[in-house]
Amino acid sequence: MTDLQHATEATRARSGGSTPPPDERRARRAARRDESPAGRYGPGFLVKLAIMAVVNAFGAYVVWSAWVAESWVVLGAMLAMLVVADWVYFSRRTVPLKYVLPGLIFLFTFQIFTIAYTGWVAFTNYGDGHNSTKDDAITALLAQNERRVEGSPSLPLTVVADGDELGFAVLAADGTTAVGGAEDALSPVGATVTDGRIAAVDGWQVLDRQEILERQTEVTNLRVPVSEDPNDGSIRTQDARTGYTFTPTLLYDESADTMTDTTTGAVYAPNGEGRFEAADGSTLQVGWRVFVGFDNFTTAFSDSRYAGPFFQVVAWTFVFAFASVATTFLLGMFLATVFNAPHLRGRKVYRTLLILPYAIPGFVAPLLWSGLLNRSFGFINQVLLGGAAIPWLTDPWLAKLSLIGVNLWLGFPYMFLICTGALQSLPTDVMEAAKIDGAGRLRTWSSVTMPLLLVSTTPLLISSFAFNFNNFALVYMLTGGGPRFADASVPLGHTDILITMVYSVAGLDGTAPKNFGLASALSIVIFVIIATISAIAFKRTRSLEEIN
Amino acid sequence: MTASTISESRVSGRVTPGPARRRRTTGAWFADTGWRHVVGVVFVVYAVFPIVYVVSASLSAGGTLTGSNQLFDTVSGANYAALGDTRFWSWVANSVQIAVVTSIGTVLMGAAAAYAFSRFRFEGRRAGLTTLLIVQMFPQMLAFVAIFLLLISLGEVVPALGLNSKVALVCVYLGGALGVNTFLMYGFFNTIPRELDEAAKIDGATHAQTYWTIILRLVTPILAVVALLSIIATFGEFVIARVLLQSESNWTLAVGLYSWVSSLLEANWGLFAAGAVISTIPILVLFLFLQKYIVGGLTAGSVKG
Repeated sequence: MTDLQHATEATRARSGGSTPPPDERRARRAARRDESPAGRYGPGFLVKLAIMAVVNAFGAYVVWSAWVAESWVVLGAMLAMLVVADWVYFSRRTVPLKYVLPGLIFLFTFQIFTIAYTGWVAFTNYGDGHNSTKDDAITALLAQNERRVEGSPSLPLTVVADGDELGFAVLAADGTTAVGGAEDALSPVGATVTDGRIAAVDGWQVLDRQEILERQTEVTNLRVPVSEDPNDGSIRTQDARTGYTFTPTLLYDESADTMTDTTTGAVYAPNGEGRFEAADGSTLQVGWRVFVGFDNFTTAFSDSRYAGPFFQVVAWTFVFAFASVATTFLLGMFLATVFNAPHLRGRKVYRTLLILPYAIPGFVAPLLWSGLLNRSFGFINQVLLGGAAIPWLTDPWLAKLSLIGVNLWLGFPYMFLICTGALQSLPTDVMEAAKIDGAGRLRTWSSVTMPLLLVSTTPLLISSFAFNFNNFALVYMLTGGGPRFADASVPLGHTDILITMVYSVAGLDGTAPKNFGLASALSIVIFVIIATISAIAFKRTRSLEEIN
Repeated sequence: MTASTISESRVSGRVTPGPARRRRTTGAWFADTGWRHVVGVVFVVYAVFPIVYVVSASLSAGGTLTGSNQLFDTVSGANYAALGDTRFWSWVANSVQIAVVTSIGTVLMGAAAAYAFSRFRFEGRRAGLTTLLIVQMFPQMLAFVAIFLLLISLGEVVPALGLNSKVALVCVYLGGALGVNTFLMYGFFNTIPRELDEAAKIDGATHAQTYWTIILRLVTPILAVVALLSIIATFGEFVIARVLLQSESNWTLAVGLYSWVSSLLEANWGLFAAGAVISTIPILVLFLFLQKYIVGGLTAGSVKG
């Protein structure tokens, strides 16, 4: 760097008398900067070179894989990231970005992009029955609706393999031989025929009995297209010795964009909701993703099945979050006040023991309490209540109470800690002033301590509210959202909060049909609520002013 | 001045052992201090009894929920030994791997970003800080459906970044690295005098040399705190791990222990209790060790000053 500075100084000194035009000066300075060897080829540079080589190799691999998998979005994103990374780390004008970029890339991919993606999915019908693109849906429909062509000849067939890929070699009635795999349609091939069967095929290896048995399901599932046109059907086999031609019972007409059922003659046309629909209203079972506008939001807010549970869930989410903050704060503040006596012996021991619940991993505590509160065998019912059978987790009201109770146990140490901190930083002169004015202990507390405490802890109470608003682990592990609502058609229960509702509606654990669209729409609702809460928090703390 | 004199006299009045103190009755002692001990004992029991219970359950020979109700009725290591027949230890290994790698990545990326925001003045700095502040309001788990769908697509291209991959899970966690910790570090970086950087610069150090050899050494305490906080947070994370990791051998402790309790609660209780004790101890130790930093960190993000 010193060299560079000297060089710049020298330039300035030399050009002192007659100032060259600004363009020329800039060009000269740039040239000098490039010449400057400061730290350029040191070990640091070599390390950077090595890391960037690895990054580029990885990027090239991803780009190539994306090309093979025809995943254009991934390809484009990776390419853009590579270009940006190379530019940032080999340019001399991007010093701050060199430090921010790695984190930024992860932040964009796994947080900002996913939020945007949630927004996109919320306006589609992505989910079971609408999992992919229209092309994929057509291929799937043609493959699933197949029938053996009546009167078609049985073809002597040999199972062959090319590496991992399986194929069929068939001997047609006229003696011609052909071979094909799942992706390649049958094509003529040179083959050796013995005893009316193909014994060897050029470029393919014939599988023996044992190998066929090992890959039995693969063989019976294999469909070798007769020609490039999917409407021509494909060859399939059940016994690995004879093949039959199967044709789809559905016929796709590309120009009219319709499906025709060849058995009934019904014509199905796309209906705008991502399915093929016939004139009588019946639809084919595989659909594709389409934009559905605000349908998902309408479903949540006004559909007869979802609206009732949805509003109950929203109400309970607010009640739960509010009650959790209120109870934990009150208990925490009470204990902090009690132990805010400097002369109290064993204060440290009390404090350490009291914060223990907070130090337990978030997943252990709810699971532990689910055992303690178990109706028939739990410690609370059996020992503390002498064999009562109180349905702590299975009665709608008691389950709600239990959740708040368990959250109190989990959360009061946190409030205790922050209240202790806040109490210790309260100005003592105000307390003295209150005392001089003749305020008693209670009056001092309610008119001086409490308001001051609230001022300094409100931002934390707001973030605690936001946290409990999304306290997935507690609800999911303790009650699983149960007990279920009487209407069993929606996978929801009395203690579900919004975030567990998202999980259930998304059907990620397989207990309900997948409905990513509706789940994402619900996530958006949560985003909006959190954003509102955050906006309030921002206003209160004016954290933005801290940035200078 | 007046206030401090009064407070001194009051404090000394309490502490000084004198005739006044000796005359205090038990009732007065109770009104002033004794009741605090009563409250303390009651709430310590409340706070600690589930922990005592789980330790007792983990040591009970029966291993069932009912059998665990007699505290310390029997003491045996049977449940701990039985953990060896399950996948428990591979879950521990997964959790530790994921937490440690995430923590290292978080510290590296967070510290670098904090350095840039603290030391350089560049276009978009203010906007960047504001964006981070806003992003950290939205926990990553809110978008778990989109994360799941994103990993399906990524997995079709690079299987290692798809569903059921620990690498992918770490990447997802690292997505939250900047949002959560940069502010904590940013504040600390600002307390390191800039004169040090300038001195280094004059001595011919590049920005990278300044960063790696000077700044990072000086901020080691905050790096340690952030690393440990990140380990604690990742170790306890449940929902994303549950959504992404599908095969039992890849599960983390949180997902694994949940599966024991959610299915066959009765029979697995002893196993769960033993597993819970083992997974709690390291976190408990870290936590008690870090107590004041954790509180500091919690408040630093949201309280002014």
